[in-house]
Amino acid sequence: MDFKTLVFYILSAIMVFAALRVITSRNPVHAALFLVLSFVTAGGIWLLLAAEFLAIVLVMVYVGAVMVLFLFVVMMLDINLDRLREGFWSYLPVGALIGILLVIEMALVLGGRYFGLEAMPEPPATQAGYSNTRELGRLLYTDYVYPFELASLLLLVAMVVAVSLTLRKRKGLRQVHPSDQVAVKRGDRVELVSMPAEKE
Amino acid sequence: MEALLEPVSQFFGPAWPAVWTLAKIVAIIAPLMIGVAYLTLAERKVIGYMQVRIGPNRVGPKGLLQPIADGMKLLFKEIIIPSGASKGLFILGPILAIAPSLAAWSVVPFSEGMVLANVNAGLLLLLAITSMEVYGVIIAGWASNSKYPFLGSMRAAAQMVSYEVAMGFALICVLLISASLNLSDIVHSQGQGRFHDMGLSFLSWNWLPLLPMFIVFLISGIAETNRAPFDVVEGESEVVAGHMVEYSGMAFALFFLAEYANMFLVSVMTAVLFMGGWLSPIGAIPDGFHWLALKTAFFLFVFLWVRATFPRFRYDHIMRLGWKVFIPITLVWVIVVAVWMMSPLSIWK
Repeated sequence: MDFKTLVFYILSAIMVFAALRVITSRNPVHAALFLVLSFVTAGGIWLLLAAEFLAIVLVMVYVGAVMVLFLFVVMMLDINLDRLREGFWSYLPVGALIGILLVIEMALVLGGRYFGLEAMPEPPATQAGYSNTRELGRLLYTDYVYPFELASLLLLVAMVVAVSLTLRKRKGLRQVHPSDQVAVKRGDRVELVSMPAEKE
Repeated sequence: MEALLEPVSQFFGPAWPAVWTLAKIVAIIAPLMIGVAYLTLAERKVIGYMQVRIGPNRVGPKGLLQPIADGMKLLFKEIIIPSGASKGLFILGPILAIAPSLAAWSVVPFSEGMVLANVNAGLLLLLAITSMEVYGVIIAGWASNSKYPFLGSMRAAAQMVSYEVAMGFALICVLLISASLNLSDIVHSQGQGRFHDMGLSFLSWNWLPLLPMFIVFLISGIAETNRAPFDVVEGESEVVAGHMVEYSGMAFALFFLAEYANMFLVSVMTAVLFMGGWLSPIGAIPDGFHWLALKTAFFLFVFLWVRATFPRFRYDHIMRLGWKVFIPITLVWVIVVAVWMMSPLSIWK
């Protein structure tokens, strides 16, 4: 077994363990942190596949931003651990059904004839100066530019909708405007009054 | 050098690459840690003089042994784990705080060819590693099971995510004009151009054409490291010391070291990305590591200078600056730079 395979098995073992702990740990914050661990190890496995751009972006986007906000929310929730486990048995059939469906779908994809070494031969070894990032950028902005732009437009629409759904204008709210504060001159706040001294 | 290393490498045999890399890591981390220790002294001295005081001057000649005394004190203190704390995470917090700030040094180019890992996607890797820094603070704040640390970690999460966006856009501008994610290539791309040919290299560095991005990056860097005036995370007057309230001894010291190591990292990054790294400012003077050290020292001084000058930002002002000022500026500037590069006026041909 060469070194790469060893690293792959170690990372995979950590990832499977972390993924299992995500659904089995009692505390939601621990579960979220195990999800972070599984993301990081997934990034490591992608690095082994020489997909360095995807691996780094996975860590940057999911670990660096999405999971931080996720934790932010989970930590603020007032979660009662006993009530969380209450409906376990009544939800089990639905959950099991979805799980089985997922397994069947994955089996069909992975076991089908469009997947495997015959359908997709191993890509040729890359040269020393090969830049994954450059190739990906070139493909995204030339061959796949329309799908790419459409996807980004969809995301933008989702963002605008999310903002407009939650935006509420509160009445009677007093706000400070920094530009006004900066533009203040002494004359706006201080008034010099000339008056004779008072004598007792 | 090669001939000198030959017998050593034969002694270690197949383990030699690992041993040699470890030696390089020690050669980076050891000076960094000494630098961090003396940065704390420099901070107290500089701020002292700015406030017309003397600063620490009792331990050793001119107070030069003060950081060592501080370190010893923290080392011998007991680490208290609160009874309601989540024990494993409580210990993991400080470790996760310092690990990314040390790991990020693997891609920093110190001089021509002097870099631990000369990876193609160095800039991206750096962004990814620094984006993980926030976990130490969040985990520490949550695991302490206490109010002030929790408030501090909430503030940290919101603030670091906000300023990362502006920082990322500033870096996109840099990578647009240098057409590379490799940090050494980014430095090389700054050492050419009209001003460089005239001998005035410092005018061809990235700071001039990207002046707004340079300022945004520096300010976002200060915000990312939770330094004054963006230190609401540990603001003494509001949340006592934020995520560090329940920590003592070496566990507290790790947070402290991580903060200063991050300051070093942001200063080095600013020097590499915008100030030409190890390149000399005037064409006639040779390049070298000492230029990078000088530039880094200057930005570290700016960190201290800013801390001594500005009062702490209010929390909503921090959010406003990040989301409503920096992100629009950087978004527009990305487009400006892209159009500039495509126009006949481009200076990066």
